[in-house]
Amino acid sequence: MKHVIVGAGPSGVIAAETLRKVDPTSSIIMIGDEPEPPYSRMALPYYLIDKINEEGTYLRKSSSHFGSKDIDVIRDRVTTIDPKNKSLNLEQHDAINYDKLLIATGSHPITPPIEGMDLPGIHSCWTLEDGRNIVNKARPGSNVVLMGAGFIGCIILESLALRKVNLTVIEMGDRMVPRMMDQTAGNMIKSWCQEKGVSVHTSTRVDAIEKGSGESLKVKLDNGEVLDADLVISATGVAANIQFLDGSGLETDEGVLVNDRLQSNITDIYAAGDVCQGKDFSTGEYSVQAIQPTAADHGRIAAMNMAGKDTVHQGCVNMNVLDTMGLISSSYGLWMGIDGGESAKLCDNDRYRYLSLSFEDDVMVGAQAVGLTQHVGVLRGLIQSKLNLGKWKDHLIKDPTRIMEAYLANTQAIGHNAGVM
Amino acid sequence: MLRSLQIEPEKCTGCLQCEMACSYQAEGVFNPSKSRIKIFTFHDEGRFVPYTCTQCTEAWCLHACPVEAIVINEATGAKEVIDDICVGCKVCTIACPFGTVNYNQETAVVQKCDLCGGDPECAKACPTQAITYVDSDHTGLERMRAHAAQNLPQDNA
Repeated sequence: MKHVIVGAGPSGVIAAETLRKVDPTSSIIMIGDEPEPPYSRMALPYYLIDKINEEGTYLRKSSSHFGSKDIDVIRDRVTTIDPKNKSLNLEQHDAINYDKLLIATGSHPITPPIEGMDLPGIHSCWTLEDGRNIVNKARPGSNVVLMGAGFIGCIILESLALRKVNLTVIEMGDRMVPRMMDQTAGNMIKSWCQEKGVSVHTSTRVDAIEKGSGESLKVKLDNGEVLDADLVISATGVAANIQFLDGSGLETDEGVLVNDRLQSNITDIYAAGDVCQGKDFSTGEYSVQAIQPTAADHGRIAAMNMAGKDTVHQGCVNMNVLDTMGLISSSYGLWMGIDGGESAKLCDNDRYRYLSLSFEDDVMVGAQAVGLTQHVGVLRGLIQSKLNLGKWKDHLIKDPTRIMEAYLANTQAIGHNAGVM
Repeated sequence: MLRSLQIEPEKCTGCLQCEMACSYQAEGVFNPSKSRIKIFTFHDEGRFVPYTCTQCTEAWCLHACPVEAIVINEATGAKEVIDDICVGCKVCTIACPFGTVNYNQETAVVQKCDLCGGDPECAKACPTQAITYVDSDHTGLERMRAHAAQNLPQDNA
């Protein structure tokens, strides 16, 4: 059996390792188009602040890791796939045949349709190469404009601030991380960042970017303001890398369409990670999640199915965690709540603390937290196990901080009915 | 023989000796807030429940880590955080459905139970043997029975 994986991010790597475990005699090829060994984009913010060097971003630390598992890593770019002949065409290498194929090509940063986005001095923060460019240009005192305060924007915000640049953030939504947190939380994060010296403009758009004096840029905002910038970082969203699949017969929408085995419409072709429009645990619908835990789950489940071990994907809970200059926030599932569902809220604006739990009947379906670092994962446990909370829902509405107790009371043998004394 | 922590909440008096011992072992200070094991209090029932990482086979934390900073100690079976490799991204803290991996803002890395390398201080500190370190095969059965009994419909009413 010959497995070919296109993409060498977390999904591709975990798929390759899983295949090696469950299909020991198979041949495994993983193709990535970046020059470095497989690395994690999640680690780039920590590279930007010199907490780690480039090697620190690598997904696997031992240089012999893939060789020792007999996983053949090829550096090249796949140009087209030919499902009829079960083969791939590459830019530099000869065509490769496959028995089972995994599309794990991830996503790319989108460029907003704004005049001047092609000028030098405007970067994304997506690859190690982007990271190197930013490290060179984001020097103490330089003027940096960050476009987008979504998840990725916010994750690099802290790194830029720590590099002591003069930072201005422009977000067109009415709050920070509008797709991850509600008004209360998004505005709490905004005022925290402003208190720390970052200028944050929400409900604001960049109209155009023009050349300024020397190498500097002028960023024109829709409120008439013009900002001088030595560096502009664009973090306005990502889109799945599916262009190379055009004409292949593979069905795509936002990403590659798959069933609950992560199998595409073409037998023997699977998809995983940011490029995969997989099942969402909370909605039951198929959507692109583009987060690390989902990439890891997809990689493992797709590999199981490729190896002939029938494994159903139950759907991934959408989840995010963010550290904006020391304020830690997280959100899960249907954090915005559902129609007719109850919620439990605790809010302390002065201390930057917020906890909001959403229920459907007596089951937790979503949550968001600001300033919570202890036991936060149990929110996932409560949501994904669809635990019937019974009277504990009322306890949580009175005091939302008792999430661990709610979980333990319903899963552990405690109390007088434990029957083990 | 792999051993694991066996926790029997009905024996716990809530004295917090385990938290003190854990904190001292892990951080060199007596500060329950730094403990990897936590005692949860159920005032209405007059019960205390010690809880920490179960070193689960699934190891969501390990699979979610983007930089291979959580590894399995082959001798103890513990999933251990390597502080020098952890970048502090916190993905494991939201991925662990048991809520037993926590981010430490002072050290900027995550922390979890590592079974003290095979000689857990919490078990040694517990005066009532609510926490014991025993053969893995011997944990679980009573717990599962009790859990099953607790989830019977008549008990849920």
